[in-house]
Amino acid sequence: MNRTPSQFKILASENVADRRLRRTFQSATSHALGQRAQSVQLVPEWEDLRERAHRIKEEAVENLDFYLEKLEASVIRRGGRVFWARDASEASSYVVDLCRRLQASTVVKSKSMAAEEIGLTDALEAAGVEPVETDLGEFIIQVAGETPSHIIAPALHMTRQQIGSLFHEKFGIPYTDVPAELCAFARQRLRREFLSARLGISGVNFAAADTGTIAIVENEGNARLCTSLPRVHLAIMGLEKVIPRFSDLPLFLRLLARSSTGQRQTSYVSMISGPRREGEWDGPEEFHLVLLDNGRSDILADPRVRRSLYCIRCGACLNTCPIYQRVGGHSYGSVYSGPIGSVLTPLFQGLEVAKDLPFASSLCGSCSNICPVKIDLHHQLLWLREKLVSGRATPWQERLAMSLFAAGMKDPALYRMGSALLRLLLRVSGRTDRPFTVPGWSPTRDFPALAATSFKQWWEDNRQPGEGP
Amino acid sequence: MNVSLFIPCLVDQFFPSVGINLVKILRKAGVSVDYPRAQTCCGQPAFNSGYHEEAIQLARRFLEVFGEAETIVSPSGSCTSMVKVFYPEILQDPDLRRQLREVTGRTYEFSDFLVNVMGIKDLGATFPHRVTYHDACHLFRELGVHRAPRELIRHVRAIELVEMENSDACCGFGGTFSVKFPEISTAMAQDKSAAILKTEAEYVVANDSSCLMQIGGYLSRQGLPIKPLHLADLLGENL
Repeated sequence: MNRTPSQFKILASENVADRRLRRTFQSATSHALGQRAQSVQLVPEWEDLRERAHRIKEEAVENLDFYLEKLEASVIRRGGRVFWARDASEASSYVVDLCRRLQASTVVKSKSMAAEEIGLTDALEAAGVEPVETDLGEFIIQVAGETPSHIIAPALHMTRQQIGSLFHEKFGIPYTDVPAELCAFARQRLRREFLSARLGISGVNFAAADTGTIAIVENEGNARLCTSLPRVHLAIMGLEKVIPRFSDLPLFLRLLARSSTGQRQTSYVSMISGPRREGEWDGPEEFHLVLLDNGRSDILADPRVRRSLYCIRCGACLNTCPIYQRVGGHSYGSVYSGPIGSVLTPLFQGLEVAKDLPFASSLCGSCSNICPVKIDLHHQLLWLREKLVSGRATPWQERLAMSLFAAGMKDPALYRMGSALLRLLLRVSGRTDRPFTVPGWSPTRDFPALAATSFKQWWEDNRQPGEGP
Repeated sequence: MNVSLFIPCLVDQFFPSVGINLVKILRKAGVSVDYPRAQTCCGQPAFNSGYHEEAIQLARRFLEVFGEAETIVSPSGSCTSMVKVFYPEILQDPDLRRQLREVTGRTYEFSDFLVNVMGIKDLGATFPHRVTYHDACHLFRELGVHRAPRELIRHVRAIELVEMENSDACCGFGGTFSVKFPEISTAMAQDKSAAILKTEAEYVVANDSSCLMQIGGYLSRQGLPIKPLHLADLLGENL
């Protein structure tokens, strides 16, 4: 199922009409928001934490070159290798080449949005390597041949009954929709993959520049296994995942866990600083870190949208977004959905292919309000709209209407004349009290009628002596 | 105190009673009211659609019209946010920015003005009905105003205020969003209406005519008897 961001309008209208899907998304997101709210309530200094995290991300992003080179040096010092990937194909080729050298026919993979972004599993399959998703949600959608519908809960769009049927069909196991049983099956199946794979691939939640440590948060233990059992561990991260100091980590771990799942801390937090060293009992022999640009430098170059690089991928903005809640993740036609997706996808894939996304927001601001690192998401969307307009990517009718609007509104005499003319026309055609028919609006909502007397007119007739004109 | 009214174009053309009642309320509050007649629109429709050049022209005009005003009061959280939050993002000229800083400091949404500037919570209105209050997005999240309107409602005689679930969830208006994505916008109005219905209120009150147009337009199309009511109308009509 290949969806693209240019199909947003079609996909969204289909999905918003799908009552089962809408119910699934609304109950899942409201559950997540409830959990979040409860755990945030227990932190009186929450606002202060957000502010601090924003400043640290600002420091990291404003000095990205410096901190990335520092990270590289730290990783190398710890015996790891660093690869700078300009784009998806460079990153994928590096991983494929590594698989060839290791003669790895299967690789185990834990959840990574960067890997999703570059289509890593497809590239591996094309090269004859079998990628095995080990995160339960990712495993489910891989079996279903789907794409993730939520940044942290990839299979959010599926009910447990659907998952039960899927496992029954694909693996021939007796049907069950008991989550624990489904989970136990997946766990058993994945265990032998962990033991045989030569390469484990993971994402990165945070990378500390000063120590070269990558931190990975998860609840299933699969990322711990991916990064410790196979002979080689490769981690892939977007450039913006770097944080200046190891000591910044606790702050971000608190914000991330509470914002995404409402946990105080995720069940597992792995901190990995390079491969196994002499005298150590376990851990991989090689550690590779892929630093993925794939459009991030271009975002960095535009100060108006640069703050979108602060994102820590918690998914809270998706959960709180009234649009995401109703259209679901797949409508966005990209691995990133919701408000952050509406910002990142046009920047990663080009404004022209994703030109509806910046407009897919009522600008209610709840995304900016919930963001743990205080990204002004809806303001970022407004800047993207401006980019579309100044790039002349909006319809000519709209451009004309807007310049007429501005011309009319700039001149009070014109405004008054227009207002009087409109009323005259309505009177002549005998439509004074009838509501307007507005395309897009009127099929589902009544539009009000123009008032017989405008406020301006009323003021002129009723202002009291001494009151200004 | 001299107050200059800043009346949204939507109110001017479609809902003039909101402006008229605001005049009544302000007079009752003992301030002298003025309406600079050269005003038109704050430019938000252009700004929200990405037409910053057009919006900047209207921002400049706003400063020409209201530059000398002692205090500026508007019956809209949305238009007030445009001036206080979004003008600073688009105006680059240092002179204009300086002037803007002064003007925004004197610009208020009307419930915020009454309660937090004038210290007035009770205007003496009576309204023997059950109402629920919708937090308009811009008023709530851009300006942080949510206590003031509730204070004003609670002090109305014989009124019963029932909170709805997720009162701060967007109604789905969003300017051109409402016609660019009618299905999503309508779905949002539908859920908002369901929350309103649950309260068994007779009126849904808000401080923005645009939200009320969306909610009211959906309610009336569905044949539901709940009436949209601007807080200025509630207070002013029943003094």
